[in-house]
Amino acid sequence: MSQVIARADSAVLPEVTTERGERAVFCGLTSIIWLHRRIQDAFFLVVGSRTCAHLLQSAAGVMIFAEPRFATAILGERDLAGMADCHEELDRVVSELLARRPDIRRLFLVGSCPSEVIKLDLANAAARLQGVHENRLRISAFSGSGIETTFTQGEDQCLASMVPDLPVAPEGSQRLMVVGTLADIIEEQFRRHFAQVGITDVDFFPAARADDLPPVGPGTRVLLAQPYLSDTVSALCKRGAKLVSAPYPLGVEGTLAWFQAAGAEWGVEADSVRESLAIPIARAQKSLAKVRESLQDRTIHFLPDSQLEMPLARFLRDECGMSLMEVATPYLDQTLMAEEMLRLGPDVSLVEGSDLDSALARVRHNRPDLTVCGMGIANPLEAEGLRTKWSIELIFTPIQGFDQVADLAGLFARPLLRERQLEVGSWS
Amino acid sequence: MELTLWTYEGPPHVGAIRVAASMRDVHLVLHAPQGDTYADLLFTMIERENRRPPVTWTTFQARDLGSSTAEMVIETLKGACERYQPQVLLVAESCTGELIQDQPGALAKGAGLSAPVIPIEMAAYTRKENWGASETFYQLVRGLLSGRVPKPGEERPPRPVDQPPSVNLIGPTKLGFRCRDDVIEIRRLLESMGVRVNVVAPLDATPHDLLRIPEADANVNLAPEVGELSCDWLKRQFKQPTISTVPLGWGATRDFIAEVIDTLALDIDPDAVGESRLPWYSRSVDSTYLTGKRVFIFADGTHALAAARMARDEMGFEVVGLGTYSRERARDVRALATEYGLEALITDDYLAVERAVTELQPELVLGTQMERHIAKRLGIPCAVISTPAHVQDYPARYSPQMGFEGSNVIFDTWVHPLIMGLEEHLLTMFRDDFEFNDDAVPSHLGGEGGGAQQPDNVAPMTSTEPDAVAWAVSAEKELRKIPFFVRGKARRNTEHFAMEQGLSVIDVETLYEAKAHFSR
Repeated sequence: MSQVIARADSAVLPEVTTERGERAVFCGLTSIIWLHRRIQDAFFLVVGSRTCAHLLQSAAGVMIFAEPRFATAILGERDLAGMADCHEELDRVVSELLARRPDIRRLFLVGSCPSEVIKLDLANAAARLQGVHENRLRISAFSGSGIETTFTQGEDQCLASMVPDLPVAPEGSQRLMVVGTLADIIEEQFRRHFAQVGITDVDFFPAARADDLPPVGPGTRVLLAQPYLSDTVSALCKRGAKLVSAPYPLGVEGTLAWFQAAGAEWGVEADSVRESLAIPIARAQKSLAKVRESLQDRTIHFLPDSQLEMPLARFLRDECGMSLMEVATPYLDQTLMAEEMLRLGPDVSLVEGSDLDSALARVRHNRPDLTVCGMGIANPLEAEGLRTKWSIELIFTPIQGFDQVADLAGLFARPLLRERQLEVGSWS
Repeated sequence: MELTLWTYEGPPHVGAIRVAASMRDVHLVLHAPQGDTYADLLFTMIERENRRPPVTWTTFQARDLGSSTAEMVIETLKGACERYQPQVLLVAESCTGELIQDQPGALAKGAGLSAPVIPIEMAAYTRKENWGASETFYQLVRGLLSGRVPKPGEERPPRPVDQPPSVNLIGPTKLGFRCRDDVIEIRRLLESMGVRVNVVAPLDATPHDLLRIPEADANVNLAPEVGELSCDWLKRQFKQPTISTVPLGWGATRDFIAEVIDTLALDIDPDAVGESRLPWYSRSVDSTYLTGKRVFIFADGTHALAAARMARDEMGFEVVGLGTYSRERARDVRALATEYGLEALITDDYLAVERAVTELQPELVLGTQMERHIAKRLGIPCAVISTPAHVQDYPARYSPQMGFEGSNVIFDTWVHPLIMGLEEHLLTMFRDDFEFNDDAVPSHLGGEGGGAQQPDNVAPMTSTEPDAVAWAVSAEKELRKIPFFVRGKARRNTEHFAMEQGLSVIDVETLYEAKAHFSR
């Protein structure tokens, strides 16, 4: 750890190039796919077009194992031409929905590109519907539209929309709030680790139950589990909470620094945190060593997609020995990425935004061993003989924390191992 | 405003992408917000395409609205022309693009682009994917060929004697159901009849190929959802007859052969063309158990119509439900349903389809990816016969649906998920066998999860009637001795019977009375 701090102190930050052009990212509605599984009594009603419904089922792989806890209220020509009152129509659709799903405790009205462009005020609609269904459930609104959000930012908007409902924390009490969706198993691990460090007043936001809202106030210390939560952080800070600056809990070093940053707020020394977590750290290092062989000295290029690019790049370089050709991210929040920027240092080529064709041209020119990209681009690159890793898998897989370090590295190693193993011809 | 959980068709601009992605040397510029680019993955993931669809998106964001979106359109158009140098540039909008009214088609016409431009109006708030594909292809065909339409009264020149008769295959696209293999199969069939395939379009055609369409003697309307509009226009303008029988199924393939012979005035014996194993497989004694199996069919119009005919006439099933999500084909599906003594289910509401399947308790569901999931939940065997389909329905192996090989493939596909004759009997006789029982997946379906399985938490074990009569414990126990794949039907029939008879409690006798009443 001391080594990292020493580097950070003398560090120059990476140089950032900004690109404008065609973007190949999902919109924020995609966040609903994991949010509806995380918050198990919430329902997400997108007010949008057939495109929105089609995106959700395409990105979800048409997995109808049960009735999904999301749906789309599709705007028709009658709604747009003003022949039908959109708000009356929405009231009707919501009543229909609630009659079908009496178990729902929270309803999110989710704005889309069409609803934003026609300026349909969903916040107002949510307030009105709350009055109609008072004592039955909470209703709020957020936007997952592509014109305002990319991919993971949908979760940011969703959580930010819940912040006003969080209860006020009692004065003088210090509590830790871990913010950002995590797999259930990781939440359990993290609770155990926090207890080992000596922090027991820990809340996770969002929780599995919509009514399970953590309190917030000046004693709240916000520790981000995910790097894409800019608006949620500002909303929490407006309610008095304080953001704990930390890298993200990816990799042994990232996870340790994350716990140490929390520990510092509770007056626990960094070395003491490391000691408390010595067993999982040793286990993680041992399991990572095996996977590391396949990644050592291989080159990697990140196309902009999930916002996880920077912490992942840091982990793959510092702990797996990979060489970073380019790290691109849809947008750069310098505050939330401060610790990651310090760790990445000046030798990294960092790109904010996207111009798809020129980014692909750089990939083709550099021919990295591995390219991290969205699903639409992966197979065409594979067909050109380039190995890829879809970034969405990194969102849908438990990758945070010590006991997942080897799994995380394994996700990147698998395409390379597969290439070595296969004895069939390729496209190219 | 319409509440939708799942949608059978995408928006119309996805249909436009299907046409562009099917063709070569065509590029599509879509005026659409960031996020709509998800459509790329339909092609590269579901169909495992090795190239990105030839689409450039403006991907505008909120900050661009009101000021620079029109400039973005022009920049994107110019960039796409320069980079891809297409023979034709298509221009369209997604649903959000349509709302901001930049009119990219008009912008493109005035932008002095190097490629000819064909703008397409998508009507995103009233239309859907298949319409979008049909409209895009029609605009391409019309745009390229309207300058070559013969003058009124001008006769089609006769085909030179040294040239074989030829047809175009119109309608197959990327993301269509087994289009890749159907084209191969129908080409083989036609060639075996001495008929040359002139142009296949949109699949693998270039705009130059489309210019050659009028050279053929007729158009085969192979995928009516996409090709019919263009076939009709070609018939009117170029006096090219349309061969409209879709060769899906053994009988339909024979009808198709007859129509080709008739349209092209060929001198060949229709019975000598091709051969199929379906008739013998269906007549062989071990297929007896297929007789009267109750099937539910829901698909796009073309596949629903074809499946109904095959199910009844070629497999010996009983069609108990028939429907489509293609409103454009509603009339044909309704007419066929009436012929089968049914009321057609015309809907794009997945929940309405689920209700129908739950109510009918069929023994086999033939449907789309959506029905695969409905059937899985209800524990009913299912085969996928139409789009929307998932990655496993774009198989590596050759598996056409059309022509004689197609009917062989379909025979296998439909029989596979069923529990076979003797296995069914043994399950009925010894249902408490510790290894061989309801809860064990049939031997040939081990671990697949695709076929009949004991449903875990599903409606059929609870009553389907809200004011149902009560079941005596003994009758309930007896009911459990009936194999699960007919138990739902037995329960429903018995309850109907009891209510008709005015009984308040069902005992073992009622169960057998009902069995006798409904026995076929």
